[in-house]
Amino acid sequence: MKAPDFAYVRPASLDEALALLAEHGEDAVPLAGGQSLVTALNLRLSAPAVLVDLNAIPELVGISETNGIVRIGAVTRHRDVGTSEIIGARLPLLAAALPHIAHPAIRNRGTIGGSVALADPATEWPACCVALDATIVARGPEGERRIAADAFFLALYTTTLVPGEIVTAIEFPVPGTDAVWGFEELARRHGDYALAGLAATARRSGAGLADVRLVFFGVGDRPMRATAAGAALERGDIKGAQAALADELDPQDDPATRAATRLHFARVILGRVAGRMLAGGSRGGGHHGG
Amino acid sequence: MVAEAPQRERAIAFTLNGESVRCRAQSRAHLGDLLRAEFGLTGVHLGCEHGVCGACTVLVDGRAVRSCLMLGVQADGTTVETVEGLTESGRIRDLQDAFHTRNALQCGYCTPGMLVSAAELLEEGGTPSREVIRDAISGNYCRCTGYQAIVDAIETTAQARHAARREAAE
Repeated sequence: MKAPDFAYVRPASLDEALALLAEHGEDAVPLAGGQSLVTALNLRLSAPAVLVDLNAIPELVGISETNGIVRIGAVTRHRDVGTSEIIGARLPLLAAALPHIAHPAIRNRGTIGGSVALADPATEWPACCVALDATIVARGPEGERRIAADAFFLALYTTTLVPGEIVTAIEFPVPGTDAVWGFEELARRHGDYALAGLAATARRSGAGLADVRLVFFGVGDRPMRATAAGAALERGDIKGAQAALADELDPQDDPATRAATRLHFARVILGRVAGRMLAGGSRGGGHHGG
Repeated sequence: MVAEAPQRERAIAFTLNGESVRCRAQSRAHLGDLLRAEFGLTGVHLGCEHGVCGACTVLVDGRAVRSCLMLGVQADGTTVETVEGLTESGRIRDLQDAFHTRNALQCGYCTPGMLVSAAELLEEGGTPSREVIRDAISGNYCRCTGYQAIVDAIETTAQARHAARREAAE
């Protein structure tokens, strides 16, 4: 189908974009990579009166590292996040997640800020943000806000963003030299939404793990932190961690997959990731293709 | 600061298949519609129009994108290449020959998108494995299911280009 009629504007600065969003209120929608929004327009699931294109605002693009913080501009494309040298060296979890995000043509255009603001619970970046203890930086009519990723995602397509506010950057603390991480995702087809996925981080501590953060996606209405399972892993108890997931995740039945099946998948990928992380391996013990 | 006002239509200028072009584009029209309707580039095949099938894939600033998921007005200032441009420039002659030789097209509907996606992969150089090739075209559906032949054709082309580069370097 074709998109309904709308007006389009492409501001050259963030201030201008925020002024336009404020002026047009609920009629206006910000356009980042458009890989979900233009789909919704074409399917007529969405019919905003005004699109405010964020793609010509230089300050929203790019990756930099300062004082132990890696900052990724909101309109940085998925591909540029995953292939960046800084990301490869400092946040390899993000690089490992990249091949799971849709397909090359989508990764070339879609943006990390758009994905975070949309908050689709079956997608990779929101879970990675929570696992890496990122801070979401937002600007709106009231100025700048900094929100812990853990508190940012509220429910299906719902975040703490208020009308007229947009994500401008995501900031990640650089993990220490004792950091380990893992990433695993199961999908029906390559690039499809996750049936179950896991982004995990921890610190090596003696022969075991400390500060384990397990964040699942595709098994609840937002990125789901599994704290009891994480605590079990800190005790080296993989089976206990897998058992704990029943109370921590909230998969739903859908026409193709029962909730119990998704829970099973979550346990399977937890077993794989935990095995690799506990085995100590290299820091990048995370990713296997498919 | 005077903010520009939102418009239902705007004048845009971009580079299309090597030529500078100008036109007026409706805001609501996606890039695929603009390329087909305004410029007659019907090699841009519209299949699903919601980013799933990959038939409408074009290169924007050298990168493969879904022309149904980008607005025509967003082409302003960019360089766009369609299968027609890649064909006329001869850049994918070898790939097209390999598709022909290997019978890597049946109904042909997916072919322009396959060629554009493969062109982006091939220009990265090297000799990608079949797994890498499959990943590169994983967003392009062939409903005739002729994937093996398509992967063969891309693999053959990558190997031939690699051999040619090595020969040139020696």
